[in-house]
Amino acid sequence: MSLQQDTAPTTGDEVIQNYTINFGPQHPAAHGVLRLVMELDGEIIERLDPHVGLLHRGTEKLIEHKTYLQALPYFDRLDYCSPLAMEHSYVLAIEKLLDLEVPIRAQYLRVFFAELTRICNHMLNLGSHVMDVGAMTPNLWLFEIREDCLNFFERASGARMHAAWFRPGGVHQDVPLKLLTDIGDWLDKRMPKLFDDALSLVVDNRIFKQRNVDIATVSKEDAIKWGFSGPMIRGSGIPWDIRKSQPYDCYAKMDFDVPVGTKGDCYDRFMVRCEEVRQSMRIMKQCLLEMPEGPVCSDDRKISPPKRAEMKQSMEALIHHFKLYTEGFKVPAGSVYVATESPKGEFGVYLVADGTNKPYRCKIRPTAFSHLQAMEMMSKGHMLADTTAIIGAIDVVFGECDR
Amino acid sequence: MSHPAPHIVTPKGTVAAIKKALGKDLLEVEEANGEVALLVKTDKLVGVMMQLRDTCDYQQLMEIAGVDWPDRDPRFEVVYCLLSLTKNHRIRVHVDTNEDVPVPSVTGIWPVAGWLEREVFDMYGVLFDGNTDLRRILTDYGFQGHPQRKDFPLSGYVELRYSEEEKRVKYEPVQLAQDFRSFDFMSPWEGADYILPGDEKGASK
Repeated sequence: MSLQQDTAPTTGDEVIQNYTINFGPQHPAAHGVLRLVMELDGEIIERLDPHVGLLHRGTEKLIEHKTYLQALPYFDRLDYCSPLAMEHSYVLAIEKLLDLEVPIRAQYLRVFFAELTRICNHMLNLGSHVMDVGAMTPNLWLFEIREDCLNFFERASGARMHAAWFRPGGVHQDVPLKLLTDIGDWLDKRMPKLFDDALSLVVDNRIFKQRNVDIATVSKEDAIKWGFSGPMIRGSGIPWDIRKSQPYDCYAKMDFDVPVGTKGDCYDRFMVRCEEVRQSMRIMKQCLLEMPEGPVCSDDRKISPPKRAEMKQSMEALIHHFKLYTEGFKVPAGSVYVATESPKGEFGVYLVADGTNKPYRCKIRPTAFSHLQAMEMMSKGHMLADTTAIIGAIDVVFGECDR
Repeated sequence: MSHPAPHIVTPKGTVAAIKKALGKDLLEVEEANGEVALLVKTDKLVGVMMQLRDTCDYQQLMEIAGVDWPDRDPRFEVVYCLLSLTKNHRIRVHVDTNEDVPVPSVTGIWPVAGWLEREVFDMYGVLFDGNTDLRRILTDYGFQGHPQRKDFPLSGYVELRYSEEEKRVKYEPVQLAQDFRSFDFMSPWEGADYILPGDEKGASK
């Protein structure tokens, strides 16, 4: 055996090709059906192409074939982790087109439950983000809070998730006083304890920091260019919150702070969400203190239906009820773009009305679309394992992204 | 203002400043429902957007929406929703286009436009000149047609099921057990154009 026959390649002789892998469409850390086509150099991401649309259900098309009220429950099913926040944009868009006044109590109730939704949403996101980078317990503890929130939704609307409780003109039904006092007690005692306990396990944890600090740093310029909103833009240090700058419902009366990050990495986004939960609790407590008595829905009978009891007495109420639940109300022609601060960012509805009882066009602006598009920019040069942390910090839900 | 929707105040002189910055490229300004909408020349879109971003401080592109108006001549409308973080104001920029007239892409100004344009292309078939990655985005791999067009049926043309015999997912033409029912709610007294069955003679008058 001569030396010349030895043709085994030595280091540097062989060209190692990058390999391309599929992350998903079914992957527990993808938070739904996300397919990422990745080109890897070893474990370093060279190229990343997110394929979305696997959960596309044609919501916008369906809405064009429904009356304004029938279209409302579709919004619950967009971001199924924060259903009431989705309805909020839609009802506000209709109210803007109708120029409809909403009673003060209804505005307070909406803000109150929108903030409860924010807590509910963040519990899921913070928990799963922590779990994506390897910790199990905080997720289970935070789910306890989420379970409480869902029970409160059930007591208010009858449904744990798909509430369909916000209606054009107010909310569907008033809540019992006991529910408000129970939520007040929960905010004072149970919630802060559970939340602080769960967070004490992660925020200063060495492993958690190693997995999140300096991962996917986004500068202010990039955040603006890529259309970021919500905790993603605030994580990058821009104090932009639609609740503050373009207040809707009774947010103008609320006293709360807008947390911002300093470096724009995954850890900042996580901490911004943690602080948002505390601010949400603050807003909810103010709502409880200030909430007036009164009607919870507009008394314009051409838009909001009468109460059941009224229908037993009044023929006119019966006719209104029948007309509103068959034909629905007509919205004057025009177009508006209404965006609210959903837990994930700017959730907008571009509503075009043509004067009939059905929306001519209802374009939904999902928050995740622009954030996910920036995935390649954020994860280039990072390790494969960091993608889960990045997706977790984006807070993506595919019901909303794919519509 | 009585509605509770997000409170946006148009700063004084905004419209005048936009008119000055855009000049002849601006076709129409519409102020309705407290929102400012600009109709601009389709082929001048990139220049207009540059002006709006750099001179008028609309830093963020939040959304691109398509709208189909089958009765109009440039059939499609593409709506860009811009946000100014510094002025705390929103405007909409509208352009009209047809199936065969591409809209200049704004991906060079805002990278976020990439997917938003892909979505409009997917849903309406509007082409964007300069978008290097104009693939379908929300619909299925190999999908045909543009589902948000008004002449595309709600049920679509194909349905898929898992075939136990062939052990694969099969695409088949849609078969509805019952015709799709679309109710119209026009009052018969308010000028609905019905032809009563058997009264064709009366309708021809």
